[in-house]
Amino acid sequence: MSRIPEGWEAVIGLEVHCQLSTQSKIFSGAAIAYGAEPNTQACPIDLGMPGMLPVLNVDAVRKAVTFGLSVNAEIARRCVFARKHYFYPDLPKGYQISQYELPIVANGHLDIELEDGSTKRIGITRAHMEEDAGKSVHEGFQKSSGIDLNRAGTPLIEIVSEPDIRTAQEAVAYLKKLHQIVVYLGICDGNMQEGSFRCDANVSVRKIGAPKFGTRTETKNVNSFRYVEKAIEYEIERQIDVLEAGGKIIQETRLFNPDTGETRAMRTKEDANDYRYFPDPDLLPIVCTEDYIDAIRASLPELPEAKRARFVKDFGLSDYDAKTLTSSRELAAYYEAVVAASGAEPKLCANWVATDLLGALNKMSKGIEESPISAEAFAALLKRIADKTINGKIAKDVFEAMVAGEGSADEIIKAKGLVQVTDESAICAAIDDVIAKNPQQVADYRGGKDKLFGFFVGQAMKATQGKANPDALNRLLKERLAG
Amino acid sequence: MHTHSLPELAAGLREKKFSSRELTQHYLNRIAALDGDINAYVTVTPERALAQAAAADALIAAGKAGPLTGIPLGQKDIFCTKGVRTACGSKMLDSFVSPYDATIVEKLDAEGMVMLGKLNMDEFAMGSSNETSYYGPVKNPWDKTRVPGGSSGGSVACVAAGLAPIATATDTGGSIRQPAALTNLTGIKPTYGRVSRYGMIAFASSLDQAGVVARSAEDAAYVMQAMSGFDPKDSTSVDRPVDDLVSGLGHSIKGLTIGLPKEYFADGMAPGVRALVEQAIETLKGLGVRFKDISLPNSPLSVPTYYVVAPAEASSNLARFDGVRYGHRAEGAKSLGELYERSRGEGFGAEVQRRIMIGTYVLSHGYYDAYYLQAQKVRRLIYDDFKRAFADGIDLVLSPTATDVAFKFGDKSDDPVAMYLNDIYTIAANLAGIPAMSLPCGFVDGLPTGFQLMGNFFSEARMLNVAHQFQQATDFHKQWPTEFAS
Repeated sequence: MSRIPEGWEAVIGLEVHCQLSTQSKIFSGAAIAYGAEPNTQACPIDLGMPGMLPVLNVDAVRKAVTFGLSVNAEIARRCVFARKHYFYPDLPKGYQISQYELPIVANGHLDIELEDGSTKRIGITRAHMEEDAGKSVHEGFQKSSGIDLNRAGTPLIEIVSEPDIRTAQEAVAYLKKLHQIVVYLGICDGNMQEGSFRCDANVSVRKIGAPKFGTRTETKNVNSFRYVEKAIEYEIERQIDVLEAGGKIIQETRLFNPDTGETRAMRTKEDANDYRYFPDPDLLPIVCTEDYIDAIRASLPELPEAKRARFVKDFGLSDYDAKTLTSSRELAAYYEAVVAASGAEPKLCANWVATDLLGALNKMSKGIEESPISAEAFAALLKRIADKTINGKIAKDVFEAMVAGEGSADEIIKAKGLVQVTDESAICAAIDDVIAKNPQQVADYRGGKDKLFGFFVGQAMKATQGKANPDALNRLLKERLAG
Repeated sequence: MHTHSLPELAAGLREKKFSSRELTQHYLNRIAALDGDINAYVTVTPERALAQAAAADALIAAGKAGPLTGIPLGQKDIFCTKGVRTACGSKMLDSFVSPYDATIVEKLDAEGMVMLGKLNMDEFAMGSSNETSYYGPVKNPWDKTRVPGGSSGGSVACVAAGLAPIATATDTGGSIRQPAALTNLTGIKPTYGRVSRYGMIAFASSLDQAGVVARSAEDAAYVMQAMSGFDPKDSTSVDRPVDDLVSGLGHSIKGLTIGLPKEYFADGMAPGVRALVEQAIETLKGLGVRFKDISLPNSPLSVPTYYVVAPAEASSNLARFDGVRYGHRAEGAKSLGELYERSRGEGFGAEVQRRIMIGTYVLSHGYYDAYYLQAQKVRRLIYDDFKRAFADGIDLVLSPTATDVAFKFGDKSDDPVAMYLNDIYTIAANLAGIPAMSLPCGFVDGLPTGFQLMGNFFSEARMLNVAHQFQQATDFHKQWPTEFAS
């Protein structure tokens, strides 16, 4: 992580385009499927054919309101769609239907966690609804380009932050938090590779204490958290270099090149379009009544922050574990299902889910929703620890066998004969055998070498093939060694 | 057959005096013989028409005919028709064959009406003389050296010359009413939102409204009835039941109060027209209508307001015609910018380009507040004038439709402002969104003129009834241009 030079500060604002996961487009009934054959997900409305009219998809409105409520924003009781004009081949109507003066969401905020554990509030200026454009296709064409309008008309919300962010790391923390929220809410699939969640970064620098912001640049379409960090760091460094060399920053749009980690100028403000916004006369204003907003508020899912606090409070988890287990809605649900079904200590469940299960999934590059072990099956394993059928060490072996697809916990325990030995006479026999075979160590232990206790535990455990109940083994071993 | 009213045609079909095929063929023959001179049709669709006629005859034979089944009509070429070229009077769309039907085309097809073809119009409905059409001017059947009015010039000329019993039309600032007045027809522009705009090529979305031009208020009522209604595909269409326009025609109009706005009777009207409008007022008085002088103080602002709002919306609506996906594309463009500039430069005529430039200007950064926003505020004032009048016990407002009778070709085509002033009486209804119609009230030196009725929102039934009662008492609307009567 690069440091901002002494005496300088960066001012960063982010614009995030978040694709709403609706069944159909924002102004037409055409389906939205990523990766479909070009121009198969577009109807005459999306193609901007003559005489075609937009009809608003109410699900997009619902999702935008859902977002607004989850970031403590104001929901406009009346908002308006506006036309934003520019000519480009992937923009069929010659204008994009967006929102301008009256967006649906305004004045929200988000608290992010900084590396030192403190929190910082980032303002959300607004979030407005708009339609996506199509895309140009250059591959496979000679002396011409193709246009694929599958994406045209896909519903987006553009979420604009206040310029409250000061470092690339804060920017990433904000983005990750935002990403987590929209995915939690189920309003966006969050897939950054497919462009469902993409970010433009507005960056400027100034001397600390300077009364005004410096001239900013906008770096477009950075599609991973790591790239956002790199692009912002590059841009901060570049701008400081320019200013320290006595130069001036030009207000411009820049593109990030992931191969070089650099940004380059795309167009300056002088080339900027005059978008000639005006209210779209084909669409009526959207009116959100109190009842409508209240109903959406009532149906909001528990958000990560609240869930994390509840996990700490109700399950006695550490904040670290609670954060890990609430990182996705699916993981949290999995964990809660395991606790409920196993009857085991919530902390024990947390250790197993956060460490063993996530570790195994990580190795397989799988998400929790693709876990080979269902929450119920996993709970069955933990239940056997709780009822002392197996001990923790054996459980690790059973878990691995489960991951390998060898059957349920009970099947594996039975097939491998792994049931814990609780018969004290059997444990005593094993202990006596160990004591008999290691007279020197016994003498040393009795002479005060306490550390040797672990050696005896190991030997005795080995003699029972690891199946001895650890509590009983410890107790009996202490008794016998005391002589 | 072509002198029959719609109910007479329906009766003839029902009583098997003639079949829809025969009726359709009769019109097709007339078009072939007479339209070369008039230029009302840009596309004639005989095969489609005869197939529809055959289907209509089957319905009639099966006793399943409605009042419009088997009756031919012409469609203004602004309405998209599946499988048929829809050019909107423009070179830009000369090659455009629509893959879908406009809602009103679907509705009239469903009534069993027979489309004879697509009708000439000013390019993208921008014009008051039909001189801006890529397909050449339409001639006024009453005097072929004169314009038929516009933009629905093809619609009125075809009905006036008996080349269709009725025709669809659209009205953004008077494009139904002014040409109706200049060709002795009855034309109605309903309330904004009463008829779906889906599939109707947009000129100025907040003003455009579809309607009909007909030989009488009664004929108009039948087709308006079928065209009207809510359409989920048009967000600005109004979800409200359609009044029974046809059975509303028999009511007495005694005791009705009609307002005469003094601003509409100030200077500017030709003396001959004024005399005929005043005579119409006397006729209505004879039918028991009360008249009251009123003021619509903001109406002088209608024309300037309109020429900000309409071009602004047009510049936006016409942005989609870029040569990329359909329509005219310039040959051999070397860059994207050149492709746009040349495709649009070649595809659009002078008047369309003029309005795109005005519209682009008034929406530009730094000018928006002074022009577009200001115009929207004045628009509100114009609407408030009408609202106040209707709240004040006025049932309808009466005015002239056009300042004069039809003018000669070329008279105003070099002077855009003189052309724009043609719409001085008709524009306010579009800005306010209220229904309005024009109906014939006599002739000045053999040339027809009309007067206008404007009503409160959704008062189409009342307006049509007043027009019908007037037409029961007069026979102006029954006059034919000599050449086309037989």
